[in-house]
Amino acid sequence: MIVSASKSNARYARRRHTNLLATALSIGATGFGLTWLVLILIVLVVKGVGGLSPSVFSEMTPPPGGEGGLLNPIMGSLIMTVMAVALGTPLGIMAGTYMAEYGRYTKLTMIVRFINDILLSAPSIVVGLFVYEIMVRQMGHFSAWAGAVALAILVIPVVVRTTEDMLLLVPNTLREASAAMGLPQWLVIRHVAYRAARAGIVTGVLLAVARITGETAPLLFTALNNQFFSWDLNAPMASLPVVIFQFALSPYEDWQQLAWTGALLVTAAVLALSILARMLASKRMPS
Amino acid sequence: MDVALQPSPLAGIATRDAMLARTLRRFHIGDRTFGALTLISAITVLVILAGVMISLVHGSLPAWRAFGFEFFTSQSWNPVTEKFGALPAIYGTVLTSTIAMLIGVPISLGIAIFLTEICPERLRRTIGVAIELLAGIPSIIYGIWGLFIFAPFFQTHFQPALIDMFGNVPVLNQLFAGPPYGIGLLTAGLILAIMVLPFITSITREVFETVPPVLKEAAYGIGCTRWEVIRRVVIPYTRVGIIGGVMLGLGRALGETMAVTFVIGNAHRIMPSIMAPGTTISATIANEFTEATGDLYTASLVALGLILFFITFIVLAAARLLLMRLERQEGR
Repeated sequence: MIVSASKSNARYARRRHTNLLATALSIGATGFGLTWLVLILIVLVVKGVGGLSPSVFSEMTPPPGGEGGLLNPIMGSLIMTVMAVALGTPLGIMAGTYMAEYGRYTKLTMIVRFINDILLSAPSIVVGLFVYEIMVRQMGHFSAWAGAVALAILVIPVVVRTTEDMLLLVPNTLREASAAMGLPQWLVIRHVAYRAARAGIVTGVLLAVARITGETAPLLFTALNNQFFSWDLNAPMASLPVVIFQFALSPYEDWQQLAWTGALLVTAAVLALSILARMLASKRMPS
Repeated sequence: MDVALQPSPLAGIATRDAMLARTLRRFHIGDRTFGALTLISAITVLVILAGVMISLVHGSLPAWRAFGFEFFTSQSWNPVTEKFGALPAIYGTVLTSTIAMLIGVPISLGIAIFLTEICPERLRRTIGVAIELLAGIPSIIYGIWGLFIFAPFFQTHFQPALIDMFGNVPVLNQLFAGPPYGIGLLTAGLILAIMVLPFITSITREVFETVPPVLKEAAYGIGCTRWEVIRRVVIPYTRVGIIGGVMLGLGRALGETMAVTFVIGNAHRIMPSIMAPGTTISATIANEFTEATGDLYTASLVALGLILFFITFIVLAAARLLLMRLERQEGR
């Protein structure tokens, strides 16, 4: 009797130890993940802030050893991001609309959803190769247009996904009520479904912008780089990520400093965008 | 007064009818046009994927013609003699992703368990968002950070210790052979492990939350500890979803470019040591594409891209199929 009681006590103690160990390990894992986030952000701020000055925003990228800033890559990134969003968003929203409204239960929707999810995590460098093959090779030179198209291809799956998800959340009763008043489907979608899902769709676009802001790989051989700024969309165009890549791997110290400053700017922009998107999503859609 | 000028009631009805008909026609045409536009957009998504495949196949044809199947097995990468083989790059891609999974998966599971089962409600959102922010940091930032901060630290503090520790163990002393460069396959794998954390964690969290509370409560009711509930109820119930999340993370790791490019070392050879410099498919393309001279060189790089696309497509498709199966089970 006593023996078996002590045995079961021993087993109970072992079970509790295992439980404690598992709890400690998972807390440790979370600490591990958070540590990297903090480490990366601290290093970025420490290394990047030193180089922040007005000239970063007002001067072109310097030759090695010269004085300069990041004006042309900042402008280039802005221009190509705006172009990519302008190209990709309407297409993404329309495709998401088809999947949630016109063809909700069709086979095509299932296939598109499947393919879209794959495009969502497909390697971005492959998108760069694709745009190189269809645009750069055909035109014979690198261009801002090619860079924008490559980024647009990354925008589309994000927007398709969120648009579809958000439209599916709109209650059908809203659609039925407006259809009962005689509105055709396209006006129901435009005036009722879009309006109800607006915050979610905007969130999707913000997330897409956050995603392409830091993308480097698809720009390497589409927009390439440019020492100077130009509005010519048929010419190569500098972008922050590509300049960071080039400058960080260079042996010149002032270039490396500019790379760190650029890295701080890109990360700040991306994190601000994703936090903004999250706030917008949680405010409108308590789920 | 001219009678004809007086609008007759009948004429009013006629114009109203005409207006109504016009409106209805406008509605009809609008619906047709808008529906067609959305359909075309949806098909465009498919066209993009098909376009990627076709253009990569087309662009890589010269390489396949020149090397055939040997492209997969050859270790040479010589732009001067124009002899190219993909084996070192494939090896590096698979090895770095494997390291990333070995380290990243248990940690992601730990974080997901912490966030769903252990964490107090008040902290849950904050910590969850913080982990997800890891996914928001652009990959080039991981690269520059890995090269300038992590690699030197790893080189001075960890690599000598690893070399010493396994120095007398057979097999392992080959895997962890020096010299400590700092950069190399292992460093790339470690950075990839951090990068895939948020992706695997977020999917795992989602599937953990689908476990019906009744099941967990029943297990607690018969006296299970928290770990036993997780081990015997939560994980078996969500196995398919976890595998799906892991595959999704694997897809990310295989295709990750910039972070790896910084720390991999760009060596086109296969070394027994995992601390040696190597290369991956994506790093090779990123490093060499703009400098590639000659059609065969470019075509070989595009062929590498095609191989990468093919591998990630299969992994991601498998992940999606698993997750879709889960959704159907739930009857969503």
